[in-house]
Amino acid sequence: MATRANLVGFLAFVLLAAIAPALPGWFISLATIAFANALVVLGLIILWRTGLVPFGQALYYCTGAYTVALLARWFGFSDAIVLVLAGGLMAGLMAFVIGFLLARYREIFFAMLSLALSMILWGVLVKTESLGSTDGFGVDPPTFAGYAPHQQALALALYWLVLAVCAVSAVAVSAYFRTAAGALAVPIRDNEIRVEFLGVSVDRLIHVKLVIAGVLGGFGGALAAMTIGHVDPAMAYWTTSGGFVFVTILAGAGSVAAAFVGSLVFEIVRSIAVDLLPGLWQLILGSVLLLTILFLPEGLGSIASRWRRSKEQAS
Amino acid sequence: MLTAFAILTDGLVYAAYLFLVAVGLTLIFGVMKILNVTHGSFYAFGAYGAATAVGIWWERDLPEAGGFLFMVLLAMAIGLVIGLILERGILRLVYGKDEVVIVLVTYAVFLILEDVITLIWGPRSYAAYQPMVAAGNVDVGELTLSNYDIGLVLLAAALAVLSFIALKRTRFGRLLTVVIFDRETAAAFGVNVTVVYTVTFVIGAILGALGGAVMAPKISVTLGIGVEVIVLAFAVVAIGGMGSVEGALVGALIVGICRAAAVHLVPQIELFVIYGVMALVLAFRPYGLFTRAQPRKI
Repeated sequence: MATRANLVGFLAFVLLAAIAPALPGWFISLATIAFANALVVLGLIILWRTGLVPFGQALYYCTGAYTVALLARWFGFSDAIVLVLAGGLMAGLMAFVIGFLLARYREIFFAMLSLALSMILWGVLVKTESLGSTDGFGVDPPTFAGYAPHQQALALALYWLVLAVCAVSAVAVSAYFRTAAGALAVPIRDNEIRVEFLGVSVDRLIHVKLVIAGVLGGFGGALAAMTIGHVDPAMAYWTTSGGFVFVTILAGAGSVAAAFVGSLVFEIVRSIAVDLLPGLWQLILGSVLLLTILFLPEGLGSIASRWRRSKEQAS
Repeated sequence: MLTAFAILTDGLVYAAYLFLVAVGLTLIFGVMKILNVTHGSFYAFGAYGAATAVGIWWERDLPEAGGFLFMVLLAMAIGLVIGLILERGILRLVYGKDEVVIVLVTYAVFLILEDVITLIWGPRSYAAYQPMVAAGNVDVGELTLSNYDIGLVLLAAALAVLSFIALKRTRFGRLLTVVIFDRETAAAFGVNVTVVYTVTFVIGAILGALGGAVMAPKISVTLGIGVEVIVLAFAVVAIGGMGSVEGALVGALIVGICRAAAVHLVPQIELFVIYGVMALVLAFRPYGLFTRAQPRKI
């Protein structure tokens, strides 16, 4: 089963990478952002499986984005791969430090505290006038090992970079799900105290998951900053986090692939909604979210497994 | 000395505002265990309703005293209607799901209502400063205080006293306390939990709208005012302990004074002092200042 999923994933990756030059420009930029955000969602899925919903994942997203922007601005770094790694590292470091506090909390309290922490970053950034306050500032176009593309070529290069980071992360996260630590996620959600009785420190396990989710959030933010070419404090605002939680619901926490499909569907729905009914896109998003929770509580990913199950029952 | 007095008065006014927006939220959480993101929409609807009411009243040059009443009543009526529709129409369908899932349901409704506000009132912003002007000012020493602000503090204090009396002395208040303590046992003893839920949610919605209504004259009523209020109210409620009215009062005072002190002494940290205080309190008292110990379930 796992090998078949891997094969499908690999084929999807090759297909997405190969057909890129033939795709229209708007789709490339939409998909780039969607897949960058999918990395953050992937981190959320890891936490979601343990029953934790961070309403402040934008903290790591924003940290990753500002790390890239500041490295480019202050130190003149422009290599995309270095910048992405730096963004992930910085966000992971942040998650590691915060984790000492956050890993002790569960349920609503976890959600609220992570929200408060991301709002602190937002407040700091808004008040820092040297970093453009609410306007943020621009990010110079990155280079790829000396190669400095522009316009179309740059968009395409970034798209491939995002795909590559996504592929590596997807493989790593699905490997993590198969380890004992990864597999303990659902037991923690069901009954944490019994897991403790097995001799496992739940807090430490959650701390590790926070760091993984943080690193993924940092990757997402770093890639988004390079793609958009601009960073601003709204990246840390709670509505950004809300958007990530939204996509997680839409996708469901069932599989790694769901994060990418869900994020792509979300971006498509959003750009259609903004295009057709500019004043009503929040209404449409809200309705989609509500209907998903009511009728597809396990997310889009569950359609496939539901279909498979009904086929098994029929035979 | 003057600064200290200014911090105290500004802090009290801000605390009054925070208490007004947080009390409905904490009530709904205490009884229903729902972290209600839609509370921001109630606030926004209240503010828009009040702005409309002020527009209607002052355009016709009606006696000013009635204007205050009309503004508050119209907003509360809006809160009543929306609260009732939401609880009966949507929340009823998701009771029994995970707490976190219900948060997301209210988040979805919040998104929808944001656009509904634009549909009703349009994208322009409204000014409803007339009540503020009508109330006038009073000089206390070297400071000039707005009577409206003083009224706000008195209203918040009255609301605090009223909710204590309502919770401790009335029949419905005792029923609420029972449901807060243990919903299942309450139901087993014949408390109609469904009705309690509906009434609580509607009261919470009315309180949220009231908060918006009394703030309308002080702010520019514009798109997105609900977004900010939600996180502020969350912070206050989290500091005080979710579901506790005393907690909301103490939380509002702490945050109000801290913010006023920051504004006067170190304006750079104004925006995040609230969340800083929240993180600090939660670091030492993970479940807020006023919470009952919960039994561990094995």
